[in-house]
Amino acid sequence: MTPRGEMLMEQPAADTLKVTLSGDWKLGGDLPGADGVQQMLASRAGVRNLIFDTRQLASWDTGLLTFLMNLQTFCNRQNIRLNREGLPEGAKKLLALAAAVPEKKDARQAEEGVSFLAHVGNETVSFFQSFGDLLEFIGEAVVAVLRLFHGKAQYRRTDLGLIIQSAGVQALPIVSLICFLVGLILAFIGAIQLKLFGAQIYVADLVGIAMVRLMAAIMTGIVMAGRTGGAFAAQLGTMQVNQEIDALKTLGISPMEFLVLPRILALALMMPLLCLYANLLGILGGASVAVLMLDIGFIQYYNETVAAVGLWNLGIGLFSGLVFGVIVALAGCMRGMQCGRSASAVGDAATSAVVTAIVGIIVSTAVITVICNFLGI
Amino acid sequence: MAEPEAHITVSELTMAYGDFVLMRDLTFIINRGDIFIVMGGSGCGKSTLMSILTGLKAPAQGKVLYGEVDFWGADLRTRDRIIRHAGVMYQSGALWSSMTLAENIALPLETYTDLQPEQIREVVKLKLALVGMAGFEEFYPAEISGGMQKRAGIARAMALDPEILFFDEPSAGLDPVSARRLDDLILELRDSLGTTMVVVTHELASIFAIGNNSVFLDVSKRTMTATGNPNRLLAETRDPNLYTFLTRGETLTDRMGKDG
Repeated sequence: MTPRGEMLMEQPAADTLKVTLSGDWKLGGDLPGADGVQQMLASRAGVRNLIFDTRQLASWDTGLLTFLMNLQTFCNRQNIRLNREGLPEGAKKLLALAAAVPEKKDARQAEEGVSFLAHVGNETVSFFQSFGDLLEFIGEAVVAVLRLFHGKAQYRRTDLGLIIQSAGVQALPIVSLICFLVGLILAFIGAIQLKLFGAQIYVADLVGIAMVRLMAAIMTGIVMAGRTGGAFAAQLGTMQVNQEIDALKTLGISPMEFLVLPRILALALMMPLLCLYANLLGILGGASVAVLMLDIGFIQYYNETVAAVGLWNLGIGLFSGLVFGVIVALAGCMRGMQCGRSASAVGDAATSAVVTAIVGIIVSTAVITVICNFLGI
Repeated sequence: MAEPEAHITVSELTMAYGDFVLMRDLTFIINRGDIFIVMGGSGCGKSTLMSILTGLKAPAQGKVLYGEVDFWGADLRTRDRIIRHAGVMYQSGALWSSMTLAENIALPLETYTDLQPEQIREVVKLKLALVGMAGFEEFYPAEISGGMQKRAGIARAMALDPEILFFDEPSAGLDPVSARRLDDLILELRDSLGTTMVVVTHELASIFAIGNNSVFLDVSKRTMTATGNPNRLLAETRDPNLYTFLTRGETLTDRMGKDG
């Protein structure tokens, strides 16, 4: 076991302070700090020279260097000469190397001193700017869709196929699980209340209408926001980082048409279909509770559901699904296209895509519900 | 040799990010058939200059003329048309990772030409062979090495037989032999196709081997301090920063001493 780093100070002459270092000066060991020497220097005003004796020094690493760097800065400020003569040869060279390029003072670090009000102001301005960005992005997306209808949009059919596959078929297992369980939960809650009135059969109405009109679309939308919206943002964000999007632009190929359009199309096509499927699974979940717990026959449950759920409910549900699909795709693509050029920016883009999509889904659900209420459907 | 004809004229260009001015008063001419080097230390705005020349970022002030046309003064459509005659090789290749090399090179051809699939396949094969990568058509970008990605990036940039090719740090991250091969490729393509080459780099070996014209961006003065043939600049410069850059850190006084 080598001795730990220690430091002795003495004053051989009136204007000189001698620091004797001994033992092991390594990072992680319990080393004396530079402030001891600094206090000593401050208390003895006459000292103009700082010299070192390191003959007792067993070994050293960065621990010694940071100590010396601190002293050097302090000495420069106080106009004290730090004499490197007594230091180990390697440490001398490294100190000289570290001092070779002067510290950059005008680097852009002025941001720290921003006052609270200025900060609030900046955030507010950037919030409104981001709203403008949102409108701009939606506008560009609409133009891309219009060009699609004119048959002028540039995108690859194979890309569209692949995205449809990953946003459609491959989403079936998770959508099945979530919607079956949501149907089951609704039936449970309903059954307990309705049993009090002996009206268990109305569980079918409750589950049927709730799922078909609203819940299937919302649950599928949220699943797709996490699954596909996040993936879109990450894909486009990574392409941004790799300059792949720049490469498209310099070839005159619009990333809106080439990358965003097929993604919007795929989700707009797949979401209503997924909703339809989710409806079936939800009703099945409700039926399983009714059949197994409430002694309602399967046929009876089926007939009650058919009687309760109208075509309007189905229409509203599928329309919501379509809207949610477009929202999820837009949010994912927008965050991906706005992504910065670093790995953490890609992570932020994926996170904010999911958040944006879920907020969009909930807000548009509210809007659709109010409109339906107003129209009386 | 015929009188040089200006291909790109940059006049009094200022590049800025918000309030932060990166470079000001850039004025130089890139002639047809030049291998034009944009050089300077790290962070001096070489890549930013390239994104202004290729239409990705608008300059804060000043003009870029392609032939006679004011590039940033024109509308988006004109800019698109101009830049279609240019090819760009990005620092990391920037190949579209979801497509094979063949599809990468075929995309610009499918977009801008009426070629039949069979013809496109032949063109793709030729371009890959030109950069020494015949037989790699069905590979994905992630399956080949960094140097190969760069060469495939060049093949894609050349797909439409551009009049001007931009290279962003072609030899960065390559071993010396591959870097040399890439330099030879750039020279060869210029000589045989007459393409104007704009190369952003700080590799001294490349600068002297291939460049016949250049601009030096001085990061400490925030402007350009020299333009011309890099070999001539080295011989004649009296600017200490440029001399230090071109000699890997010697100071101008060393030469004064040697000269006499």
